Amino acid sequence: MTKYKIGRLGIHAALLVGVLVSFFPFYWMVVMATNTTQDIYRYPPKLTFGSHLGDNISRLLDNIDFFGSMLNTAFVAVTVTVMVLFVDSLAAFTFAKYRFPGRNVLFGLVLAMYMLPTQLAILPQFIIVSDLGLAGTLRALLIPPLANAFGIFWMRQYVIGAVPDELIEAAKIDGAGFFRTYWQIALPAIRPGLAFLGIYTFVAAWNDYIWPLIVLVDPEHITLQLALAQLNTAHGTDFSMVMAGALLAIVPLLLIFVLFARNFIADATKGAVRE
Amino acid sequence: MAGRRGRGARPQSIAAAWRQYAAISPFFLVFVGFNLIPVFFTLYLAFQRWDGLGDMTFVGLDQFKFLVHDPVFWQSVRNTIVIWVLSTFPMLFVSLVIATMLNAGIRFSSFYRVAYFLPNVTSLVAIALFFFAVFSSQSGIVNATLHLLHLPEVGWLSNSFAIKVVIALLMSWQWTGYNAIIYLAGLQAIPTQLYEAARIDGAGPVQIFFNITIPLLRPIILFTLIVSTVTGLQSFTEPQVLFGSTAATNPNSGGPGQAGLTMMLYFYHQAFDNNDYGYAAAIVWALFLLILLFVVINWRLVTRGERKERAR
Repeated sequence: MTKYKIGRLGIHAALLVGVLVSFFPFYWMVVMATNTTQDIYRYPPKLTFGSHLGDNISRLLDNIDFFGSMLNTAFVAVTVTVMVLFVDSLAAFTFAKYRFPGRNVLFGLVLAMYMLPTQLAILPQFIIVSDLGLAGTLRALLIPPLANAFGIFWMRQYVIGAVPDELIEAAKIDGAGFFRTYWQIALPAIRPGLAFLGIYTFVAAWNDYIWPLIVLVDPEHITLQLALAQLNTAHGTDFSMVMAGALLAIVPLLLIFVLFARNFIADATKGAVRE
Repeated sequence: MAGRRGRGARPQSIAAAWRQYAAISPFFLVFVGFNLIPVFFTLYLAFQRWDGLGDMTFVGLDQFKFLVHDPVFWQSVRNTIVIWVLSTFPMLFVSLVIATMLNAGIRFSSFYRVAYFLPNVTSLVAIALFFFAVFSSQSGIVNATLHLLHLPEVGWLSNSFAIKVVIALLMSWQWTGYNAIIYLAGLQAIPTQLYEAARIDGAGPVQIFFNITIPLLRPIILFTLIVSTVTGLQSFTEPQVLFGSTAATNPNSGGPGQAGLTMMLYFYHQAFDNNDYGYAAAIVWALFLLILLFVVINWRLVTRGERKERAR
């Protein structure tokens, strides 16, 4: 029994080391953001939280339009998420529950694209967006994420498991049409799946870097990630200020994640482990 | 498959299925316009010379001929592969160890899961800035720690190999927990009777791990390997942010000695700094072929073990 207990303790000790590695960057970011750069980069460095967070943030706000860019990011992430949820769930529901000529060919096309690296399309995407006159505007960030094959693929699997055929059959007998069946029968049944895909899409849109870097040529309209990178380019040695920005940029995401974490993690593994 | 699913809706004529086509059309419009056509247009561009403004000139295989003789391209290929190897294999091993420990039926496992998954949702730019801050200069926390331990300091962001190690560490920090959670789900799907039977037959924990756990986990290992390959070989943000401020002339050169120049970063540089669309298209197709090659190798390696076992 004691040997068993010691084994358990050993496992917890090893796992806690891993947790420390996971958490260290967050802890050290707070340390840097709450001290002056001089205190951090002296030897030995200061290892505890300081009282300079306010100074660092006010310097941050002097140098970049932090909250403006955060608002841009929030607008893009929310809009993209809402559109992806609607478009993907409707298409996935159709693929999962209805047969129509060309269904398998079309879905095979989606699967094939899911396997291709997204970056293969990025240069023509930029050309198209420029031709449409959208380069430099936030609208350029709203369209390409809708073509995400992962969403359709994952959602279709989810619909198959969550919406029984009998339910659709019953709706049909009750005289519900296709779109009403989707809206009143399918959508409520797949709500947990929508929560996962929604958080996944929101996080991806919030953190996206390469696409905004390519299309947002106008310095007046940039996203949070671009603002952070530019801040580093211009003031890379003022680490405390840069870390204050980095910290503020990840706090909303961490909050969302911790709030929904349990279901999110379970759903994230489903795609991998299924058969 | 066609048996149960969609039983209520038999194959119908194209006209009768207009609702279904309408339902998938928003996705397919964007999909065709922003995914399907662009992929083929990239291939088309690779046979042209074009700066995005003037006329396109058909140049046949010239871009690819130039590519195979471009030393910077080959350096970017080497960098990309070295970074991928440095990150993927240690990471997947550690992930498997973590997953095995989590699977031992210990308490607080949901806390551990959240803690380990957290890095995966953190903004890559923010964490790259963090790595820049802790690895840069002699007084960053990493070199300060080395100093404290009386170890020699390392030029993390100037030494050619150290640069790759830093990028690999960054990727590992972000993806280890994700892979561990995936492995854990796979481990939980293995029936416990198998373990019990092996234990009755006198197998030790190490034997059980290599003879039961690893073979049964093979499809999951393949999945994580492929995800790591596809994302790892496309690394861009890490070197772009890490070295965006250090290079005086070209912010997209991948740092000192171009040691952090990945294929994706080289593509970006040729496309958007040099406006050399044709050459950039050739680079990104070469990257795709490399990813494909690696995925096939992974797949062959993982399934070869399986075939061997069947033959036994």
